[in-house]
Amino acid sequence: MTGAATVDAGEVAKFDAMAEEWWDPQGKFRPLHEMTPCRLDYITAQIAMEHDRDLCAPSPFAGLRLLDIGCGGGLLSEPMARLGASVVGADAADTALPVARRHAETSALQIDYRHTTAEALAAEGASFDVVLAMEIIEHVAEPQSFVDACAALVAPGGLLIVSTLNKTAKSYALAIVGAERILRWLPPGTHDWRKFQPPESVSDMLRAAGLDPVDRKGMVFDPLKRSWSLSPRDLSVNYAITASRPSAAR
Amino acid sequence: MDNGARAVIFRPMEQTSAPNSVLIVGGGLNGAALALGLAQAGQAVTLIDALPRETRDTPDFDGRSYAMSLASVRMLEALGLWEALDGDAQPILGVKVCDGRVGEGPGPFVMEFDHAELEEGPLGHMVEDRHLRHVLLAATAEHPGIAELSGVTVTDQNVSDRAVAVTLSDGTTCDGILLIGADGRGGAVATRAGIARDVTDYRQSALVCAVAHELPHHGIAHQFFLPPGPLAILPLTGNRSSIVWSEDTAQAAAIHALDDAQFLQVLRPRFGDFLGGIHLAGKRYSYPLNRTLARRFIAPRVALVGDAVRGVHPIAGQGLNAGLRDCAALAEVVTDAKRRGENIASPLVLERYEAWRRADSSALAMATDGFNRLFSNDNPLLRLGRGLGLAAVNASPMLRRKFMREAAGLSGDLPRLMTGVAL
Repeated sequence: MTGAATVDAGEVAKFDAMAEEWWDPQGKFRPLHEMTPCRLDYITAQIAMEHDRDLCAPSPFAGLRLLDIGCGGGLLSEPMARLGASVVGADAADTALPVARRHAETSALQIDYRHTTAEALAAEGASFDVVLAMEIIEHVAEPQSFVDACAALVAPGGLLIVSTLNKTAKSYALAIVGAERILRWLPPGTHDWRKFQPPESVSDMLRAAGLDPVDRKGMVFDPLKRSWSLSPRDLSVNYAITASRPSAAR
Repeated sequence: MDNGARAVIFRPMEQTSAPNSVLIVGGGLNGAALALGLAQAGQAVTLIDALPRETRDTPDFDGRSYAMSLASVRMLEALGLWEALDGDAQPILGVKVCDGRVGEGPGPFVMEFDHAELEEGPLGHMVEDRHLRHVLLAATAEHPGIAELSGVTVTDQNVSDRAVAVTLSDGTTCDGILLIGADGRGGAVATRAGIARDVTDYRQSALVCAVAHELPHHGIAHQFFLPPGPLAILPLTGNRSSIVWSEDTAQAAAIHALDDAQFLQVLRPRFGDFLGGIHLAGKRYSYPLNRTLARRFIAPRVALVGDAVRGVHPIAGQGLNAGLRDCAALAEVVTDAKRRGENIASPLVLERYEAWRRADSSALAMATDGFNRLFSNDNPLLRLGRGLGLAAVNASPMLRRKFMREAAGLSGDLPRLMTGVAL
């Protein structure tokens, strides 16, 4: 797939079908849709706290530059743009980007979707007030160099929010055996348990990259209600960590 | 061709609301409460009602009143409305329930509740329709985030990927992101959205009126279960009470057709003499009793609240309370979604509202239905059984407390507004 400006009708139809899949709550991305309110609750609360924003105000994130790494169809980029942030959505795979662009247009949102990587953006010298790397670190080959690149993109006083899966017996049972093999929520092979990271090692990587971890919370699934909630204690399967770059004044 | 006609022909389609507005069809109690809940949380709202404001906001007492549960009262507190209503509201300090037969007075088994058993305070308040309506209408008129279109009806609605548009009876159109049907039992928002309703006819009618009486009621609500149907005597301010009295349809029509003096002659033996002499203190109403239940709460870009989704038997006074709970839940789901940046009209968001309210509502409709059938029967075995049931509940502190919390609207997963907290 190329970045050609001319639009092929067959390609558009394919993107439409894919867009429906990415954004169809009953489709194959359903687990991600179910998790998204919880992820957004975490992200919005952390940004509001660190950047002193009032979530009850209109456009609370106006003026914030935000990068969504591994943006996929834009499930997080769109809410951030809706809250007023200037959003760059980056994905190393370019298949989802046309889908994300078309959906943003339907949602009447301005989002700069780019086929690029954290490393490439860091090399360009780009800088953001908020960098999101949600459910991505477990898919990269070199976690520390990925975290270094993400950290380099964080402006002084800015935040990096990382979410991933813990390396526990429970995460193996739920994310690999349960979600992939039994319930088939995710295609088999989506996750490699050996790449999962305990919170302590993610915190260490963040510190090594020059950031201060400031918060961590678990995201816990209730199978009866089919809903996710944040937990200050239970980080045994899914969790998120926020780290800040000290502002120049400090 | 005169100038007026030309003006009509060449006038561009007028847009009467901001495209990010939530459109609420029906400016009654539920529609107005939802509009306030959303607007106070920063959401632009357009409130559309078929009747002009002057027609809806009349100062005369017309005999209609509501038994508002403690949870509903807390919602009005959270919306900043209760202070204006408190002085005209009668706290319900106790409830007496008994099984009876016309002319025989109360039956042998009596269930009694006292508000002192519930740490939260009175079980609820009796509020007259005119006061509640006035306070709600004044608040929606004052709020800068609410645009009101009165005296127009919606003739069509169109949902697209990006918006919902309604066509109004004056020829204008109105765009929004979400369309709310707060338009009552037969409301057309649901019909146009393809949502069907199931209707159960109870073959009964409720006779509703207010009476003034010689002796004080001490804030006690009475419920007599009489064979033709239940009679509720609910305390209003002063020496006045609201009567809700159910009879078979034909009997109710005959009683309703009587003049006031004859009507009181029929009422007195059912009422008993514990409040002294009675006379009418407002208009009399007759409502056919039926239950309507919409099969869905939502459709693409559409949500239903209040009687538009569920019209219940008014025996327990739960219709308005359930409607307000819809409004509190929907306002919370939409506000939370908006604050985390979600598209508030997405099916994912609307499904949260439906999941929250669905179980609650069908349970309520079934419960009031079963309650009424159980008590509208002269079968001696059923009479004994229900008498023993009331006695058992009355004797068990745990069951009593459960009953009272249910009556006060405190059971289940309460929306934040119903805990008295603003969104």
